[in-house]
Amino acid sequence: MWVFLATEVMFFGGLFTAYIIYRNFYLSAFEAGSRLLNVKIGAANTAVLLCSSLTMALGVRAAQLGKKKLLITFLVLTLLLGLAFIGIKLGLEWRHDYLEGFAPGVNWTFHGPDSRHLELFFCFYFFLTGIHALHMLIGVGILTTLIIMAGRGRFSPQRYNPVEVSGLYWHFVDIVWIFLYPLLYLIGGRY
Amino acid sequence: MVGHIVHTRLYILVFAGLIGLTALTTGVAFIDLGKWNTLAALAIAVCKASLVVLFFMHLRWSSGLMRMVLLAAFVWFAILVVLTLSDEFTRQWTPVPSNWQARMQQNIR
Amino acid sequence: MGTAVVEPGIESRVHYLNASYGIKSWLLTTDHKRIAMLYLASITFFFFIGGAAAVLMRLNLISPQGALLEPATYNKLFSMHGIIMVFFFLIPSIPAVLGNFLVPLMIGARDLAFPRLNLLSWYIFMVGGLFTLYAVIAGGVDTGWTFYTPLSTTYANTQVISAALGVFIAGFSSILTGLNFVVTIHKMRAPGLTWFRLPLFLWAIYATSIIQILGTPVLAITLTLVALERVFHVGVFDPAVGGDPILFQHLFWFYSHPAVYIMILPSMGVISELVTAFSKKRIFGYSFIAFSSVAIAVISFLVWGHHMFVAGQSIYAGIVFSVLSFLVAIPSAVKVFNWTATLYKGSVSYQAPMLYALGFIGLFTMGGLTGLFLATLAVDAHVHGTYFVVGHFHYIMVGGAVMGYLGGIHYWWPKISGRMYPDGWARLSAAIIFIGFNLTFFPQYMLGYLGMPRRYAVYAPEFQVLNVMSSAGASILGVGYLIPLVYMVWSMRYGPVAGPNPWGAKGLEWQTPSPPPTENFEETPKVTEEAYAYGTEETQVA
Repeated sequence: MWVFLATEVMFFGGLFTAYIIYRNFYLSAFEAGSRLLNVKIGAANTAVLLCSSLTMALGVRAAQLGKKKLLITFLVLTLLLGLAFIGIKLGLEWRHDYLEGFAPGVNWTFHGPDSRHLELFFCFYFFLTGIHALHMLIGVGILTTLIIMAGRGRFSPQRYNPVEVSGLYWHFVDIVWIFLYPLLYLIGGRY
Repeated sequence: MVGHIVHTRLYILVFAGLIGLTALTTGVAFIDLGKWNTLAALAIAVCKASLVVLFFMHLRWSSGLMRMVLLAAFVWFAILVVLTLSDEFTRQWTPVPSNWQARMQQNIR
Repeated sequence: MGTAVVEPGIESRVHYLNASYGIKSWLLTTDHKRIAMLYLASITFFFFIGGAAAVLMRLNLISPQGALLEPATYNKLFSMHGIIMVFFFLIPSIPAVLGNFLVPLMIGARDLAFPRLNLLSWYIFMVGGLFTLYAVIAGGVDTGWTFYTPLSTTYANTQVISAALGVFIAGFSSILTGLNFVVTIHKMRAPGLTWFRLPLFLWAIYATSIIQILGTPVLAITLTLVALERVFHVGVFDPAVGGDPILFQHLFWFYSHPAVYIMILPSMGVISELVTAFSKKRIFGYSFIAFSSVAIAVISFLVWGHHMFVAGQSIYAGIVFSVLSFLVAIPSAVKVFNWTATLYKGSVSYQAPMLYALGFIGLFTMGGLTGLFLATLAVDAHVHGTYFVVGHFHYIMVGGAVMGYLGGIHYWWPKISGRMYPDGWARLSAAIIFIGFNLTFFPQYMLGYLGMPRRYAVYAPEFQVLNVMSSAGASILGVGYLIPLVYMVWSMRYGPVAGPNPWGAKGLEWQTPSPPPTENFEETPKVTEEAYAYGTEETQVA
């Protein structure tokens, strides 16, 4: 799984590279775009995801100790927190941006100076958070599978590798968000 | 074979640290540090990521091979960024003579 | 010790080919050897489709005005030729066929680390291939295999998204195969098989896998961005919106340059095996060759800008990339010197695999040297986008990688099928391929130097003679490729039965019957000698 995560680092890395470059070229537009995002929701979502990492880690621990009910509890909690994250991101933030006319290609209504560069920022915002959300959805699918397997008693202190490995994946998706949050929300010159 | 089992307390501590760092980075974003804002945000993000990698992902207790794999991933990402930026940022360095338009006209004639 | 008697009919023994029958037993297999055969069938199929595109292109180029095709159709043909040959033939060829078959055998293991993932890799590959074939049938794509923006994102009205999707999906197959090999080689070596006793083929496969793992994801995200830009009409690479088309090229070539090393490194690994087996001599400079494989893998990620010298890239970055590109030639040269030194005072025999190996050494050297010309910024300014480049990469990929692949297929064929192919026909086709190849591609160096641009359906009349030579060579080359198809298939049924070690070669894969049983070895072998320990004990020939 570590080897697979290396490939994911490179996958997101390509997007990050492009974002870094454009941010340096069009600083004012990107900062303006960043300010248009809602920090409170972003911070709350970050907390949600960090919680889910905690519950995932505790779930792995429960598997190591052979505590089936505890494992399932933590897996379900992680799943719910993950769904909450996706719900907040898609249902609250994306919906808001779409309705306000900041969705490039779909509903873009801003026509000020530098609007094309602002559109570029929002492209990256939607791509980055979208691909991140896709990875979370895959994670949700993996968690569902784990919950079913755990319910059938497939894990024990001697055999819990799938849980550990899924945990690694989940934490990785969390780490991507740990970098996305400041890069998208926090460096917009909000002072 | 059971891997290293971590104390719940340690997990909670790490979690508290992560939340604290999130609050910190959010707060710092509202303070004017000029160009240090970006650096601060990234540095805090690296700290948070390290906490997750070392403790939640158990890298602290893992073999050197796993650490190499992760290191390689970040080094390779660095290669991508650094060399691409080396082009994007130095494109304007090539001096263009100020009378280039006139000279072009001359050449065409 | 081994037998000197040819085994009686192989049908009386159970091995991986006859262990179970029926299409389900093949389509649901997790045996790495059967999966290798599935890949063999698939990539051979794709090779001939890509080859058909090439035939049409060369036919068209017989006449300066274009003998056969509209330029729009020609554009689609060279694009499909590139996409299919690169992503659906060359990149999988040696790793997915020979690698899958040999990695567990060479390390004394029962199978790869993740056998079911291996089967999944093949299915993913086939799905990617299906999307690409759909793109061909639905009208083709005309952006070139390089998908440059803004043609691919904004102006092309061809099947860009389906083709990009096909390649994207096939990329996952590549990543998973690489992952499987890395874990297998780290974790499943037989007792006594230290890293420096590994056959050099495995060092090459390991280095290739590193490239596959670290590079392919960047191609994935790049193609995703192209698709998103096409679908949503947003401008990540569109200059009108502030996007940068050269950024696309950076991201694309970050993978695609190392990709060409994915294509050549395994072939070099095969050559290392062939050169020692057919000189009956220890390889010269084992650790140098081993380290050079890793060095190539690492340095290959630092040179991608040499594809963009005239694209608008900064000259300073160009200088850096030029210097680094010179560096990457060094490990390749080290290999060529070591292979040559291995031949010196060896007991050389000239069966078909050796002919392919010798052909490789010569042709790869030429291709590599012309690469140095291209790495020189000032020269590249003149020959970029001309047939010089086309000649260069075909010398490496066809004169190099494909010849290595064919040499490997011929060398390990007795192990794979339990039969020998007719060596006379094999040597004849090797010769035909060599002659046809040179006649096809050497004139292209000259054409490029004289200024004929690539990817053009028509050309200036003064280039006709060389073009006709090239097309004539292509027809010979085509015949050369068809002959092995015939005799290999023939040999599966009518070829003489082969024993465990018909070449008298060293290596764990020769210590098991031909074809191997499904579990590879009756008991896990123990390794006590260095790789290629020729001349230290009597080698067995069966």
